[in-house]
Amino acid sequence: MSNSVVAVNLRVNGTEYPLAVDLTTNLLGAIRNDIGLTGTKEGCDDCECGACMVLIDGEPVNSCSYLAVQAQGRDVTTVEGLMTNDKMHALQQNILAAGGVQCGFCTPGMLMSACSLLAKNPDPTREEIQLGISGNLCRCTGYARIIDAIAKSI
Amino acid sequence: MTFVIARSVDDALAALAAGARPIAGGSDLVVGARHGAFALPTDLVAIDRIRELGEVTVTHNGLQIGAGVTHARLMVEETIVGSYTSLADAAALVGSPATRNVGTLGGNVMNGSPAMDTGAPLVVMGASVTLKSKGASRDVPVRELWSGPGQTTAAGNELCTSINLPPTAPNSGSAYVRLEYRRAMEIAVVGAAASVTLSLDGLVTAAAVALTAVAPTIISVDLELGGSKVDDETFASVAAAASAQAAPISDLRASDSYRRHTVGVMARRAFEAAARRARGETIGVPVNRSLGIGASA
Repeated sequence: MSNSVVAVNLRVNGTEYPLAVDLTTNLLGAIRNDIGLTGTKEGCDDCECGACMVLIDGEPVNSCSYLAVQAQGRDVTTVEGLMTNDKMHALQQNILAAGGVQCGFCTPGMLMSACSLLAKNPDPTREEIQLGISGNLCRCTGYARIIDAIAKSI
Repeated sequence: MTFVIARSVDDALAALAAGARPIAGGSDLVVGARHGAFALPTDLVAIDRIRELGEVTVTHNGLQIGAGVTHARLMVEETIVGSYTSLADAAALVGSPATRNVGTLGGNVMNGSPAMDTGAPLVVMGASVTLKSKGASRDVPVRELWSGPGQTTAAGNELCTSINLPPTAPNSGSAYVRLEYRRAMEIAVVGAAASVTLSLDGLVTAAAVALTAVAPTIISVDLELGGSKVDDETFASVAAAASAQAAPISDLRASDSYRRHTVGVMARRAFEAAARRARGETIGVPVNRSLGIGASA
């Protein structure tokens, strides 16, 4: 497999990571296994559930279905990038306070979709929030408290 | 194995001539390879950073949409929402915000799925694609591009560089609707697009209907509507023609008989919405949400 290993420089949360990855490695695998940031989750591995959502140049992307090499030269933001020093982002504080986290597996992806939504539309309606997180599945909460948390972060 | 980031169409064509396969967002390619539908190609050329593939240009021949334009952009682009509205309807229904950010019109067209949402709008609006290879270029009507599920008549060394739409007629409108079981990350159970042009006294002077997910490719419906009124009788004949001409299969999403029936309903609703738009009425994009068609919240 050595002939399929390529050099790739990934910029994640503002830090450059020079990596050697297999051409077939998805961005999710590079973030979790090569870089070691495990906040981003693997759910369906099929572009359906949104647990792997990261931002690429500010836009939400399913990192399970995006090759690591495709992200060269782009800005990747993961849930770890929402923290400022040890302080949580308002979205993180609100989703905890609202009871929008149960098992927590969807939370990192949900936060990234919400973060992108609010960056583009600082005052979304409830329906626009639903649309913004329509690529993120949650098996626990029934969504209402997640939407409450996002609405509270406006 | 190689991965090259192309900066120009010529770069990409050189890579294709050497045997590489193009990758834009990768959402079909990477997911398909993981499911074992095919192996990930050994050599890839990334075409998502070629500037000209991301342009939407009004020309004297109509509208030229670069193959790399994403669904997220199609659904809000002023000219498309204003004049080629059915394409915006379809783009707004594709996947989720994340898939619409990486998925491109060129990728959708060249993937050749009979369930693709953007296909039926392109057929009713008379679209063609420009296929380029090293030293050559040809335009192919989309109806002649798709040859079967996941198959096109394009050669391996050809790159789809743009999707071209002729100018729209005055007093015309188009719409796309689909039957769906949920609102996001859904594949059309069936779908229909319609394009309608009206005379000044409100009669149908031209109409086209195309169907999604009821045949091996997107299909066009033969209609005899010249001079018809926009009324229930016309809607019923559109529905009957669509159901009669569909050739659906049964799979886990629907039976053939259910698809045959519901594609008529979708055709009727698309036609009705297109006629309303032709009269100048604004129906927001996508029609599915504006008129409450498909899955409820």
